[in-house]
Amino acid sequence: MAGLELLSDQGYRVDGRKAGELRKIRARMGVFAQADGSAYIEQGNTKALAVVYGPHEIRGSRSKMLHDRSVVNCQYSMATFSTGERKRRPHGDRKSSEMTLHLKQTFEAAILTQLYPRSQIDIYVQILQADGGNYCTCVNAATLAVIDAGIPMRDYVCASSAGFIEDTPLADLSYVEEAAGGPQLALALLPKSDQIALLEMNSRLHEDHLERVMDAASKACKDVYAVLDQVVREHLQELTTLLGDRTAA
Amino acid sequence: MAVEVRLPAAQKRVSEELGTGSGLHLVTPGDTITTDTGFMRGHGTYTEDDKLVASVAGVVERVNKLICVRALKARYNGEVGDIVVGRITEVQQKRWKVDTNSRLDSVLILSAVNLPGGELRRRSAKDELAMRDYLQEGDLISAEVQAVYSDGALSLHTRSLKYGKLGQGVLVRVSPSLIKRRKTHFHNLPCGASIILANNGFIWLCATPKEMEEEAGGFITNLEPVALSDREVISRLRNCILALASQKMLLYDTSVLYCYEASLAHQIKELLKVEVIEDIVMETRQRLLEQEG
Repeated sequence: MAGLELLSDQGYRVDGRKAGELRKIRARMGVFAQADGSAYIEQGNTKALAVVYGPHEIRGSRSKMLHDRSVVNCQYSMATFSTGERKRRPHGDRKSSEMTLHLKQTFEAAILTQLYPRSQIDIYVQILQADGGNYCTCVNAATLAVIDAGIPMRDYVCASSAGFIEDTPLADLSYVEEAAGGPQLALALLPKSDQIALLEMNSRLHEDHLERVMDAASKACKDVYAVLDQVVREHLQELTTLLGDRTAA
Repeated sequence: MAVEVRLPAAQKRVSEELGTGSGLHLVTPGDTITTDTGFMRGHGTYTEDDKLVASVAGVVERVNKLICVRALKARYNGEVGDIVVGRITEVQQKRWKVDTNSRLDSVLILSAVNLPGGELRRRSAKDELAMRDYLQEGDLISAEVQAVYSDGALSLHTRSLKYGKLGQGVLVRVSPSLIKRRKTHFHNLPCGASIILANNGFIWLCATPKEMEEEAGGFITNLEPVALSDREVISRLRNCILALASQKMLLYDTSVLYCYEASLAHQIKELLKVEVIEDIVMETRQRLLEQEG
């Protein structure tokens, strides 16, 4: 490998993490008053903002309307200042459209859409700073926003990426590790039931190693779950204290 | 020109001030509430292999055998008899579509409104054509929920002189869960303004009308200029309501009035500052607690 050593002999990665360690996660719910639900999350240097509107009446063409469940409408975008080089098109390019579809698939699996026939749920996610694991950060942000909006879900959806470098599976890849071009895998998991909402892999990986990488990714997802659950509980605790008397009634 | 510079103060954690919540059962999506099969499944839950699992983050409520989870923030869930304020989004055949912050747009059927010229008037084809003269897209109305359809949509009516089109005033939107259910949601406050605290979280503020206009069925709006003093009262009330809502205080006539009185020490524009908001809301909270005994 030219120059950059992604995994040192002592087993440390470029940013000083161990192989299975996550980046620091900080999150906040209810950041906007206007939206039904909103959340902000930082995973290391990757920062994302998610807002949820709905369920509400279908806007735009009526033909999208489903009579037995609600439509989940997602939009993924990256701020023009989020990457090293300034982006020309914040959304609407090929990569963003693909990401939009992935998000839609993930949340259609998790939200109990059959409870809201003929309606629409909008999930808008924006990456404010991109440092690897964009999809995963977006899923985590959107999960918090959906919970904040009070929309029923089967379970949290937690996502994490994993890679495979020098015979070791690495959890939660950063931009440098992604750019090295090794195999990478993005996994969105419903952690309580161990169901997979989305699984995507780039480049080649030997079949024998797949299981180990999957295990690393799902372990990482469960670690993410622990952090997100903590955030939600603190938020809930704070709100119930403020609301005070009514909850006792 | 004087420039005011303020530093962003870290918001105090309220739970430290008020003490932590008392033994409430809080759950997050995916949490198992009970594995006992003797319970009934309510809102905010679902069953999975004989387990009752929460689907929203909130507080568990048990009524006999029924278990529900109440989310702390959600869209408006209408009930028959609720007062709502809404905005017309569409004019259709014999009905208006109204946005009431609900899951689906509510409907206001032509036969459920008071048309000019008395209670008992037949709705003719002419009325149908003139629907846009009564209410058009973007108009605000107050109404009562008449029925809830099976898909959760609401049917409204305005068959009383209390309800109808809203003219000049200010609309404030808050979370529906902050509105306290009272016997009446229309108030003429002693400070000289009228307020409609609608159950769907839309709050309408306007100057108290001098005399009730009749015959019009509430479709004619008064376009006389509103006096500056009235506008100041309305602005102050608006800021007070936003202050109460930002601190998640329940909204009803007494709390709004107490907050208004607490705010009189400050200028209207100062009521948007975080420190002032904390002050006046704390004062209101104290006064309400004292009054409760």
